[in-house]
Amino acid sequence: MSRIKEFNLPDLGEGLTEGEILAWLVKVGDTIELNQPIVEVETAKAAVEIPAKWAGQVQAIFHPEGTTVEVGTPIIAIDTDPGAGPIESSAEELPTPSAASLAAVDIAPAEGAVEPGLIGGPAPGGRTAVLVGYGPRTTAAKRRPRKGAAQATAPATPAAPAPVVTAPVVAAPVPVQAAPTVNGNGHHGGPVLAKPPVRKLAKDLGVDLRTLTGSGPLGSITREDVQQAVAASSAEPLTVGAAATSAASFGADREQRIPVKGVRKLTAENMSRSAFTAPHVTEFLTIDMTRAMKALDRLRGRREWRDVRVSPLLLVAKAVLLAVKRHPMVNSTWAGDEIVVKEYVNLGIAAATERGLIVPNIKDAGRLTLRELADAMTDLVQTAKAGKTSPAAMSGGTLTITNVGVFGVDTGTPILPPGESAILAFGAVREQPWVHKGKVKPRMVTTLALSFDHRIIDGELGSKFLRDIGDFLTDPEAALLAWT
Amino acid sequence: MAKGDPGASTRGRRAAPRSRKAASGDPELVQLLTPSGERIDSVTGPDGVEYRVDFTDEEYRGLYRDLVLVRKLDAEATALQRQGELGLWASLLGQEAAQVGSGRALRAQDMAFPTYREHGVLYCRGIDPIMPLGLFRGVDQGGWDPNEFKFNMYTIVIGAQTLHATGYAMGVAMDGKTGGEDGEAVIAYFGDGATSQGDVNEAFVWASVFNAPLVFFCQNNQYAISEPLERQTRVPLYRRAAGFGFPGVRVDGNDVLATYAVARHALDNARNGQGPSLIEAYTYRMGAHTTSDDPTRYRIASEVEAWQAKDPIARMKAFLEREKIADSDFFAEVDEQARREAIDLRERVLAMPNPEPVTMFDHVYPNGSPLLDEQRTQFNRYFDSFEGSAH
Repeated sequence: MSRIKEFNLPDLGEGLTEGEILAWLVKVGDTIELNQPIVEVETAKAAVEIPAKWAGQVQAIFHPEGTTVEVGTPIIAIDTDPGAGPIESSAEELPTPSAASLAAVDIAPAEGAVEPGLIGGPAPGGRTAVLVGYGPRTTAAKRRPRKGAAQATAPATPAAPAPVVTAPVVAAPVPVQAAPTVNGNGHHGGPVLAKPPVRKLAKDLGVDLRTLTGSGPLGSITREDVQQAVAASSAEPLTVGAAATSAASFGADREQRIPVKGVRKLTAENMSRSAFTAPHVTEFLTIDMTRAMKALDRLRGRREWRDVRVSPLLLVAKAVLLAVKRHPMVNSTWAGDEIVVKEYVNLGIAAATERGLIVPNIKDAGRLTLRELADAMTDLVQTAKAGKTSPAAMSGGTLTITNVGVFGVDTGTPILPPGESAILAFGAVREQPWVHKGKVKPRMVTTLALSFDHRIIDGELGSKFLRDIGDFLTDPEAALLAWT
Repeated sequence: MAKGDPGASTRGRRAAPRSRKAASGDPELVQLLTPSGERIDSVTGPDGVEYRVDFTDEEYRGLYRDLVLVRKLDAEATALQRQGELGLWASLLGQEAAQVGSGRALRAQDMAFPTYREHGVLYCRGIDPIMPLGLFRGVDQGGWDPNEFKFNMYTIVIGAQTLHATGYAMGVAMDGKTGGEDGEAVIAYFGDGATSQGDVNEAFVWASVFNAPLVFFCQNNQYAISEPLERQTRVPLYRRAAGFGFPGVRVDGNDVLATYAVARHALDNARNGQGPSLIEAYTYRMGAHTTSDDPTRYRIASEVEAWQAKDPIARMKAFLEREKIADSDFFAEVDEQARREAIDLRERVLAMPNPEPVTMFDHVYPNGSPLLDEQRTQFNRYFDSFEGSAH
């Protein structure tokens, strides 16, 4: 028997298939005793220490901390007789996972050798049926090949027709894992092979697994495949969904089906969640912004502001920030049994991009000068248009402005981003008849709409907040003098 | 009571000067050895019975040896599971005294019905400790003869064995094997979680109304997997017995002496035809429910530390040292024996042959059955369809 023994990760809890290496308690070269704890492994059920199966010297550690390892994979090699001199360099003694032990974890083809519902066979939800517990996170049971199974595992036949419903918009051919069969829905009968974490990742990133070609064992889709697909689609401005929208290609039934994913999916989830959890109230205020528009002109005329992009939205942002200082409660979060009021304002600016609606925010905007605010807004908009907004820039918003005016409409009833308590819609600023100093005159008029979470903000507070924003935008100089 | 028993008696002796009423300590807990190893000569339990034990030095040392060996073999089994050699293991860590105390209180003719954690009782019954490991390795169904060792098969179903034990005990009574010093008694093991099972409550009713010679031995280790005791009961478990019409007593389950005394008394009552009783051995599961469980997810470290101070082996060792019943040579010799037996256990587990899958059809019926024979044929055909099959 070999001097060097490899220890394979065991099934630590009744039907588990993998575990994560949390911490190595020994290092290469350490002398260890029988049953000495060598590694801490976390499974779906428990975090446990594994004791050494043999005494000896640690020869090699195959997986760093933080990696998820399949059951049956060698994780450590131990020299069980370190006093016997150097190791002869035969292939068998090399401290690498032996071919035999790796082969042992090869996944048998999912060719239906075990009937669904039987233990070890496929169970609903892509899990493998087990007697007890949560079930392993894999879709295929390991078992010996059947006699004459070669045909069943025949080479993946490429270039089968893509599923009908996505055919017009999908450029890449759909991968085929096995001999194609077509079920009643017109989809391929062969399931897409991917581990649940990969499926979750794909779902989160809005990637349709059926559109990918797997590079893993038996054509299974790996984490890398999904990430590459995302990288490819973001490098190319026209994503599948966008292409479909612009091309407006309809099928024979004159209906087009656009997969819900990516930003659209996220938006849908957020809006539905918010709309059905926070009781929304929306209030409107129409104001004369003529004076403020003139002030903006004067600001643009100043030398130090020459290169700065100055828009009415900048004034609205300033108005919101000043009004928040007067009514801090509006800048808060409903957290079930408590209300979290924030001193800082991460001011969200809803931006329409090619990828869809995104809401990046300006961190701690309340502390910025008007000039810094202007720069931050310019930067935010440009980053968003370039499609480079980072997830960090989109999280942690506390209060949001949506500038629906750029689309030429008067106003709307905005829906709160989840976790925020107020959102202001800024409509188009248009020349309209307005009673000014007793006479009807053409003035620059706009409508503000404020939606707020009625669990936190009563009508009185919401009205005062909106009124203050309106006051500032009607006469910014006086409001500044009065409030600051 | 307890006549003819040289090792221990539970009543009828004059209280020694150091004796005290239980009321001076926990009024509801029978204890003869404090966590610090201080010996209490006798104690009157809430059931009015005066409990005491009187062991020879050799017997004290024997109990200590049992505790250490049982713990060591259990630890080895846990390690074997972590190393992939057992599918599962239910550790008894912390419950050694409850098991050894009650296990040693059994007489040869008494019958025990275990759960799946009674490795200590199994050891006391003289069964090779390798036996349950075959079961948890998945190579056999548990290989001991229950009739030979008077120790039934491990029962995985929670509380089911209490009904089996009740039926068995009713049979003992019907056979007229009770009513004397040589009478038979039955003991049924279960945990605090099982007390919420219908089976256990039904067993209480049947054992009570039929006056079965049965001791219900509940190891209250405080947790039903993750569910704490306060989710099982609003009254101390031993008091439930009163509602069913038989005596109940709570004993310090980490005190091997008190557990022995209480169990011996209850067993002798049963064998003498006095009917069933309930013992609640108050203890703590120091490890996980099974190797598939992670107790840190539902209990706090300070609680475990508090019970660490009540360790059953530490207090016994402190007592033996204080009374100079054992010296360091003895402790070293016991540790060495435990180490050797653990290695022996490991080597024998690793050498266990894998059974042929088709053997699962064996031992179902003593003389086979046509349906099963057909299934065996089908299975063989299926098995032959694999590459490299020897069939």
